[in-house]
Amino acid sequence: MVCDMTAIREIVAQHGRLSADARTLEFGTNLYLAGLTSLATVGVMLALEDHFNVEFPRSMLSRKTFESMESIADALGELVG
Amino acid sequence: MTPPMTSATPTFDQILEQAHSIGKNVLAVHAASVDRDARFPREAIEALREARLLSAYVPREIGGMGLSILQIAKICEVLGQYCGSSAMIYAMHKIQVACIVHHALVSPYFRNYLRELVDQQRLIASATTELGVGGDLRSSLCAVEIEGDAFRLTKKAPVISYGEAADDILVTCRTSPEALPSDQVQVLVRRGDYTADPLSGWDTMGFRGTCSSGFTLCATGSRDQILPTPFAEILAHTMHPVSHIVWCSLWSGIAISAVIQARAFVRMEARKTPGETPLSAIRLAEVDCVLQEMRHNVGSLTREYHQLLVDERPEAFSDFGFSIRTNNLKLSCSQVIVEIVGRALLIC
Repeated sequence: MVCDMTAIREIVAQHGRLSADARTLEFGTNLYLAGLTSLATVGVMLALEDHFNVEFPRSMLSRKTFESMESIADALGELVG
Repeated sequence: MTPPMTSATPTFDQILEQAHSIGKNVLAVHAASVDRDARFPREAIEALREARLLSAYVPREIGGMGLSILQIAKICEVLGQYCGSSAMIYAMHKIQVACIVHHALVSPYFRNYLRELVDQQRLIASATTELGVGGDLRSSLCAVEIEGDAFRLTKKAPVISYGEAADDILVTCRTSPEALPSDQVQVLVRRGDYTADPLSGWDTMGFRGTCSSGFTLCATGSRDQILPTPFAEILAHTMHPVSHIVWCSLWSGIAISAVIQARAFVRMEARKTPGETPLSAIRLAEVDCVLQEMRHNVGSLTREYHQLLVDERPEAFSDFGFSIRTNNLKLSCSQVIVEIVGRALLIC
């Protein structure tokens, strides 16, 4: 995995407005079950775009992409190339 | 009461015709008193029961009519033309039925429950909002407590539409007292197994007949009554799209009825001055345009959702585009209905 998982975890913790502490979650934990809303997803996405200097294309804007820190890392992996 | 049908199963045209007839002869007759007194439209719901329309979305193999979401939306639009509150109650009931039909058919308990719903034409209400979490459907404070095969559940619900008249209520709650606020399930609580102590009343400007008062709900039952699918999934696949589609459909019905009244007024004017187009005719043409846009919007999303269901593409519901289009529909319809009724008033 090319992505910096620590940074992803920090961004999810800061912007995800989860009902659980993102620092205690597994990378594979379903973030939507942990309280991530579609609105908070936008905040997470913008912070990821800013930090990793990428832009999520329309086709990636789905729950699947932001379902877990792992799936976020996979998506970023594709974008960073 | 049910008119004689030429065959055992009525065609959808016959069902629609019957919905119009119930609308004219029952809903419209009581609409004013339902609104004035903010009372439950019992005559309307009774007539819909007699026509077996409360189980219209239950699959045929379980005894229902097996109608599609496109057809249910059409019925809501028809009912909306005669009494907004009655149509709203019918639409809200249909949302709950869809949650069970889409997500609980694997459960013998719920298959059996749907048979009861068909036989007894049971009316299902919903308790999603909760004191302390605002309007956020995706968080609950209350939790279902399971002991052996039984459950216990208490929820302070500031709004349960037709809570007093309902036969059963679908309640959202956390999966256990230890679970996160967003880790939710839906539980069907049955009349006789719960108490509902009034929390707040319902004296509003519109939809007064839905009687959406608040209650503290204390329920017990068997753990089979918990829907077997996580609420997050039920919300994305069913509750969110179906609710917006059926609501917008009945709002279209209300708008249609306003335009029909305006049209009658313009015709009366036109008859008075033959050969001359009354000024109000231009206004009528304009409002008719807006109504057409509204109905096209509702129809287009309903068809998209119907196709997703037919193609069995659950992954499509995770696409933000679909849920944004669903929200857009409700937002635009809720604004445009006010505009249409306002324009119709201007004409009359």
